[in-house]
Amino acid sequence: MSQPDTNNSKAPVVNKRISDPQSVQVLLIGLTYLFFIGFIFLPLGLVFTQAFQKGWSFYLESIREPYAIEAVKLTLLTVAIVVPINAVFGVSAAWAITKFNFKGKTALKSLLDLPFAVSPVIAGLIFVLLVGSRTPFGSWLGEHGIKIIFSTPGIIIATIFVTFPFIARELIPLMEAQGRDEEEAALTLGARGWQIFGKITLPNIRWGLLYGMILCGARSIGEFGAVSVVSGHIRGQTNTIPLHVEILYSEYNFTASFAVASLLVFLALLTVVIKNGMEKHFHKNSLHL
Amino acid sequence: MALFQAKRRNILPGFGLSMGYTVFYLSAIVIVPLSMIFINTIPMGWEPFLNAVTAPRVLASYRLSFSTAFFAALFDGFAGLLTAWVLVRYRFPGKDFLDALVDLPFALPTAVAGICFATLYSPIGWLGQLLSHWNLQIINSPTGIVIALVFIGFPFVVRTIQPVLEEAEQEIEEAAHCLGATRWQTFRKILLPHLFPALLTGVTLAFARGIGEYGSVIFIAGNLPMKTEIAPLMIMSKLDQFDYAGASAVALVLLCISFSMLLLLNAVQEWQQKEYRS
Repeated sequence: MSQPDTNNSKAPVVNKRISDPQSVQVLLIGLTYLFFIGFIFLPLGLVFTQAFQKGWSFYLESIREPYAIEAVKLTLLTVAIVVPINAVFGVSAAWAITKFNFKGKTALKSLLDLPFAVSPVIAGLIFVLLVGSRTPFGSWLGEHGIKIIFSTPGIIIATIFVTFPFIARELIPLMEAQGRDEEEAALTLGARGWQIFGKITLPNIRWGLLYGMILCGARSIGEFGAVSVVSGHIRGQTNTIPLHVEILYSEYNFTASFAVASLLVFLALLTVVIKNGMEKHFHKNSLHL
Repeated sequence: MALFQAKRRNILPGFGLSMGYTVFYLSAIVIVPLSMIFINTIPMGWEPFLNAVTAPRVLASYRLSFSTAFFAALFDGFAGLLTAWVLVRYRFPGKDFLDALVDLPFALPTAVAGICFATLYSPIGWLGQLLSHWNLQIINSPTGIVIALVFIGFPFVVRTIQPVLEEAEQEIEEAAHCLGATRWQTFRKILLPHLFPALLTGVTLAFARGIGEYGSVIFIAGNLPMKTEIAPLMIMSKLDQFDYAGASAVALVLLCISFSMLLLLNAVQEWQQKEYRS
């Protein structure tokens, strides 16, 4: 494990000969701030001013209204199911990919990038085509009283599709860096498979796993396009938080919409803080999709 | 040797279990559902398929999605390079804060971003009011879509350039200085070629993401037929009319575009690695 070391962080250039003139620095920093004001600060500021436009009591009312609470419950249920399922998959895929050599490894790895290239709307569409009530499989399920599309299972499946690579992508570089030596040593000392996993691998990857689960959870809470296709927008039944925000907005109930949206903004800011904290801790700077 | 079969010299246990579960999961969640697009398109026949994907409204939506994603990615290229440069090379107040907030578009639900930009640029919004002095209308226009996509794609560019810039050897810049190059020459002839593969990767990622983006766009776009309807919205509206075959056809074309972007990206990354080695 890497040591947290604040002195060693990448120091900006102090060498005069290759540093830019003061005026250029000020100009570029100014431009960056301008971009951030327009694209990050203003939207963030807007959410909170709009949310509290009609005061605290209206804000609290908007987020405590029964439909809002149902939406929060459904979103939490979705996250509680999606994250563990994808965590098991992520660990399993990372174990197979990093501990063994096999043909087709590159193909398997690029499959993990797939949801990124697929539009969220298509992610929803494929499940409507697979298990929607107008398809053979869907109508067979319907005859047996199982409804997937326009109900909670559909929302969960679509969210699983959109978020399945997050944990695996986090674990694979980590486990690749850690190598196989410790596990192989344990094996020669007589440990069995699950013992190796439980006592060596899991403790080694626990922070990466947790981090991947946080990213996966954050995306599950916020997924909109895919869920929007499979949900059917039934208030109080198949509305997640982002869908509730959308409905309130399209009803011109802007203040309530932004009030509920502010909950999502809090979570997004929390995710960003955790992400940065953990990245500083582990000295890494990688791209997370 | 068969696919997914372990090569020798693997002594650790659990290959069958982990590999089996991984392949099963990917088949159930990804491969079988995605193949439904093909299964629903093939019975259509060639002619109706062509008719579905070349209908004027659909063509207009492809054009719009493509061009807005392109311009947004281009803008992100400049803004991302600027931000990465400033964050890596300069010291200024609020630097860590900005660095952290780069990830916000990843973390913020797209629908929230969508309503934010739609409200900001609405005729009575903070920026909409300002722009209406010059008779500029952002909402319900392609420009609005570009703005939403710039937000969505921004972190991809910054986060791909940042590590490359951090590891760039500054001795080379010093050498260029000693040989009499100006800062601008050094940047153009030495740094930019070095950063270019990463920049291209980031821009391609932003572009690929922009083509399929839905949540952040629909609120600001206004969804006017032939004018501001994006391709994912066309799929959505065909689904609403239970035109499953039509929706699959539009989706198939969109998927092909996205996959070729991904292939292109892989080629770029291979090229990038070769550049590193040399």
